[in-house]
Amino acid sequence: MSPREIFALRDHLGAELKGRTISDAHDVVSLTDILSHTVLGGRLRELSGRAVLLKLSDQLRSGLAMIELDGIARRMLLCPPDLNPAHLDALIADAGIDAVVTDEPDRWADTCVPLVVVARLPLQVIAPAKSERATEWLMLTSGTSGVPKIVGHTLEALTGAIVAEGPARGQAPVWATFYDIRRYGGLQIFLRAVLSGGSMVLSDPHESLADHVARLKARGVSHISGTPSHWRKLLMSGSAAQFAPAYVRLSGEIADQAVLDGLKAAFPNASVGHAYASTEAGVGFAVNDGLEGFPADYLGNRNGVEMKVTDASLRIRSARTAHAYVGRNAAALTDADGFVDSGDIVELRGDRYYFVGRRGGIINIGGLKVHPEEIEAVINRHPDVRMSRAKSRRSPITGGIVVADVILTEGTDQARAKEIRDQILEHCRAQLASHKVPAVIRFVEALDVTPAGKLARTDV
Amino acid sequence: MSVRSKVIEAIQQIAKEQNVTLPELSDDLSLHETGFDSLAFAILVARLEDEIGVDPFTISEDAAFPATVGDFVRAYANVPA
Repeated sequence: MSPREIFALRDHLGAELKGRTISDAHDVVSLTDILSHTVLGGRLRELSGRAVLLKLSDQLRSGLAMIELDGIARRMLLCPPDLNPAHLDALIADAGIDAVVTDEPDRWADTCVPLVVVARLPLQVIAPAKSERATEWLMLTSGTSGVPKIVGHTLEALTGAIVAEGPARGQAPVWATFYDIRRYGGLQIFLRAVLSGGSMVLSDPHESLADHVARLKARGVSHISGTPSHWRKLLMSGSAAQFAPAYVRLSGEIADQAVLDGLKAAFPNASVGHAYASTEAGVGFAVNDGLEGFPADYLGNRNGVEMKVTDASLRIRSARTAHAYVGRNAAALTDADGFVDSGDIVELRGDRYYFVGRRGGIINIGGLKVHPEEIEAVINRHPDVRMSRAKSRRSPITGGIVVADVILTEGTDQARAKEIRDQILEHCRAQLASHKVPAVIRFVEALDVTPAGKLARTDV
Repeated sequence: MSVRSKVIEAIQQIAKEQNVTLPELSDDLSLHETGFDSLAFAILVARLEDEIGVDPFTISEDAAFPATVGDFVRAYANVPA
């Protein structure tokens, strides 16, 4: 019996497509002849069969190292830039790491990791390597305090949704994302760029939004993805006017009607879609009808993704979900039937399901459970509101009340603040139970967004 | 604006929002008779904290919640802002 054919990232990168690049704010690297180049100083052989920690300070070398390592390393653990260094030792132990790819070799000189390989640009010429095995991709969960969980994927699971959609029609897309590609949402875009025969423009945390947008435009970005918070920031910045992508994608947070409508208005010629995905559950589905939520008939088995709602949360079973949490004390990732509990609470209204919030994000208002996202969605529907955050505040009378911080759209006359506040409260009273109506609305200039691109829900 | 007029104005604003018809706000009026429920009072205390800078009911643990409108206004008037 012949072994199952191994299909690694390099096997998606034929040389037939010319002019493909991956770039950041400093460098442009050709993807066309990437297979005969190395970012690892020609030391790929030494990493064969190893459990490799990918700990680099930039996305460009990280992406190039992923292309090189996939199919050669036994597993690779992607470290997002905001990883707390205090958690590294625990992650190294749990993932059985025995090699690190880094740009800071001095930091690894006296550690228990036996093999240290430096990733550097410019690339060096090398004989192309051949895929040897199906590498396990390890990613970290975001958003929790404490040591993040390690989530195990295969390339097949990670690319399931991309393969199912088929190749992009027409000109090869130029992809970009506001995410970091070492997070699930960003990795999806990087993999799309590699598999679609297109190019990829990476974000840079030190770049201003205006400079970033100028670069997206200069590189001809046609397809771009980010969280609703990323997009709201772009809409607020006034930089969107110079940019005209063909496809705008949202994921990672609830895409409410206000942000979908705002993007449609800002990019009238683009198709705007929101995707549902998480590090654990993989890509569930994409919604392209311009409406928030998703059609109720998405439940059941659809394109190989099975979804159901149990205890109000969305559960997903498919070949695209992660296969396990990795580590000594790792919990089970799926239930006995193989479903991942997304922790995302949905509500059926008419023939559509709407996301109301995260199970773990509930705030307690006088003993009643409230999802802040549900309140924000109503506030955001006001035409003069760009972004909002609802949270609880201690109250000596009821224990807790809802308060909301609101950013008005750019150019709103401050003299109208009281009128707008009254209108928001009126909308909230009409659409929400009385304990969910904000007691206090504050107008603010900015709201914090986490490094993972999500609205920060705890004050630092 | 005096503390008293700030408190009265906030009460009237919340009454309007909550569709509560207020009786005349004399000092002797019991808070119960204002028609406010506990949520309305929670909103009132939160807004006055933002407006005046104090929440007299959290500062002092043994402060009994006032019984009348007059007591309520005095709770704010007596706290140095």
